[in-house]
Amino acid sequence: MGSVRKLALAATALCLSVLVLVATTAAVMLVSESDGSGAGRTPEERVAMLCVLVFVGCALGCWALIRLHALYVSAPLRMAEELLATVAYGRLRLPDEGAPELRALGRAANQLLAVRDALEADVAERVREARASLEEERSRLAALMADLSQSVVVCNLDGRVLLYNQRAKQELSGSADGSTLGLGRSIYTVFDRALIEHAIERLQQASRESTVGTEGRKLLGSLQFVTATPAGRLLRAQLSPVLGGDREHGAQIGGLAITGFVLVLDDVTTSNERQARRDALIQSLIEGGRGPLGSIRAAAEMLSDFSDMPPRQRDRFLTVIRDEARALSKHLENAAGAFSSDLRERWLLEEILGSELVEVAARRITEPRPNERRILVVKTEDVDEDLWLRVDSFGLLQALRYLALRLQDEYQVREVRLSLTREGQLAQLDLSWLGTFMNNETAMSWLQDPMVIGSESSPLSVGDVIERCSGEIWFQRVRVSHRAMFRTMLPAAAAPKDLPRVIVAAEEGERPEFYDFDIFRWSTASHELDDCTLAELSYTVFDTETTGLQPSAGDEIIQIGATRIVNRRLLRHECFDQLIDPCRRLSPQSIEVHGITQDLLTGQPTIETILPQFRAFCADTILVGHNAAFDMRFLQLKEKQTGIRFDQPVLDTLLLAAVLHPNQRTHKLEAIAERLGVSVFGRHTALGDAMVTGEVFLKMLPLLAEMGIKTLRQAREASEKTFHARLKY
Amino acid sequence: MSKRILVADDEQNIVISIEFLLRREGFEVTVANDGEEALASVRAQKPDLVLLDVMMPKMNGFDVCQAVRADPDLSATRILMLTAKGRDTEVSKGLGLGADGYMTKPFSTKELLSEVRKLLEV
Repeated sequence: MGSVRKLALAATALCLSVLVLVATTAAVMLVSESDGSGAGRTPEERVAMLCVLVFVGCALGCWALIRLHALYVSAPLRMAEELLATVAYGRLRLPDEGAPELRALGRAANQLLAVRDALEADVAERVREARASLEEERSRLAALMADLSQSVVVCNLDGRVLLYNQRAKQELSGSADGSTLGLGRSIYTVFDRALIEHAIERLQQASRESTVGTEGRKLLGSLQFVTATPAGRLLRAQLSPVLGGDREHGAQIGGLAITGFVLVLDDVTTSNERQARRDALIQSLIEGGRGPLGSIRAAAEMLSDFSDMPPRQRDRFLTVIRDEARALSKHLENAAGAFSSDLRERWLLEEILGSELVEVAARRITEPRPNERRILVVKTEDVDEDLWLRVDSFGLLQALRYLALRLQDEYQVREVRLSLTREGQLAQLDLSWLGTFMNNETAMSWLQDPMVIGSESSPLSVGDVIERCSGEIWFQRVRVSHRAMFRTMLPAAAAPKDLPRVIVAAEEGERPEFYDFDIFRWSTASHELDDCTLAELSYTVFDTETTGLQPSAGDEIIQIGATRIVNRRLLRHECFDQLIDPCRRLSPQSIEVHGITQDLLTGQPTIETILPQFRAFCADTILVGHNAAFDMRFLQLKEKQTGIRFDQPVLDTLLLAAVLHPNQRTHKLEAIAERLGVSVFGRHTALGDAMVTGEVFLKMLPLLAEMGIKTLRQAREASEKTFHARLKY
Repeated sequence: MSKRILVADDEQNIVISIEFLLRREGFEVTVANDGEEALASVRAQKPDLVLLDVMMPKMNGFDVCQAVRADPDLSATRILMLTAKGRDTEVSKGLGLGADGYMTKPFSTKELLSEVRKLLEV
């Protein structure tokens, strides 16, 4: 019952009771009056007085009632409303006013509110800390993986790539059909699916076997296998399962569910080839040697057993021996030459630029030592800037430092000189000095002693280190100039053609792009794409530059630029950017528009080569473009010529913009970008436009969701409805 | 006066051929079978040329070469290394230690002869 009604009821009750009271009093008075004198008031006066009394009584009563109501009925109701309000807005407090009892209640409520706010803040802080530490761990992992010299790929159970490092990208990319490594892509474009499944099965089998009848749980950590990639490289892969607690997935190892796997890859093509070459070499030495030796032996035995043979016969045998010996010598020389170059590929060694080594050696030699005030001066001269060495650089630096410091300690040498020159196929590294020097035996012993200087020691000797690098070191006196030196000859190496170690730096606040753990749960469970939410789908945003605006009148594509959106992020570092030779002339007007000149296009691959690559790039994604109908028409027209069909769903940002802002006049990309707050730069290259389109699309997604367009089906239906959809090419 | 050549090698089968060849050419040939013997022989007889193998017992050819070169009295002695150690770093070492020539086995005896003649300037 509303409080006002209650009040009215109470007031009425009070008035009635007052009335009854006064009426009773009047009646009593009247009764006593009829007994008594009757002097005084007239009946009207009495009635008037009674009425006044009633009125005053009622008024007083009502006033009291209203006051009480205000203090003890409406005030608590107000307090209740205010309390309700604090549920939504945390920082409010109840005012300190009203009846003392209510004030006490209010203060108690405020205390509770304060406690609640503190709790909320605490929880928020904890969540933030946890998130920050998680991000830090992820960054560390990403940095670790970026720096590994092996390729690492982490996939979820469906074979979707979650994480990979730069080396993996370079090792696994670049085959003719355009299959590349990328976030969200299937690893099965590179690896045979059956192979991975078989490996996981073997792991499961092994874990099952080992848990039967044994106490502890022994899980087989990983499995190795060797496979050929489509590009023809031989990879040795080590597969380790990622075990998680989630029991939804089917496959299990030792009771823990597999949620994915990690592949560590080693390209063994070269070492395999080298091994094969070496085996072939040994084989040829053995087999190639048997023949000539056989002939020689036989001839020699003839000569010795039958000393009475005619001279001509004798000559013939001798010729045999001579010729076969010569052939054998030649064979040996060839084998030695082939072998020595392979020998230098020992894996313990690394390539280092010679001048860099000398510089570091000089620095290390002049490092101050704890008990030594005098500093040894190191001069470097004659250092060949382009000479590469393949050495155990740490060992070599140790050796140089050891020799230099020993010279300082035992012969008070003040200055040493380092030089590095090329001598044919060899590098000549000299550590020379002026002044006193030792005799040959002492020098030799220095080269054979274990390297001990002060507190640093190594079990190896200088000679050992140099031998490891397939080099030679000796002591030599330069007679004329009173210099002596330790001269080292090392095989010169070719400049490495190795991979640049690029760590892709993340933009401020953005996650570094090589991993995405959020799609760990993503599976290829088949539900129609149409019912997927736009937020969870993957897209390829693309744009083309063409020779003109008429696809059916002979205009051709001259550039395709594309990038992918996975998990609501634009992957800037996984792009497709290719110029295409249109095999026709460009009109000057079109050159003005896109800035691509004819000579930039000559020599580029044609659409027959590029279209399959692009098809592979956008496999399993939804195509997004601005005014996509235009580009799709071009692609469709090439279907017959290239045999490539683009059958994935297509979304057009122009139509979506019309869905969002139907009353805007222009739907040009720049205008939409400005409207949505996307910065535009690098325009009028296909890739630049694709990037802008991608950002625009991402900005549109939440706006579309607000309008109730959340799934692909809804987006397509809404697009169709808009006006521009009627424009056909 | 005919030139004197010392052949230092522990492998009898090659020594026999070299000795035969050089004697036929008119050189005086002595033989040493290990490094110490070789060094002693060089000091004692002062030959004009030493044919030095590297892999010998007691003292290897590189050390003999270095020792000979360290002795100013023996500066006129020519040294030709004749060895199975054929890697280019080893060749470099031999020449760096003061050898006047370096030939790897197997070699052609004609080449050996021409090299010997060149070093002895005959």
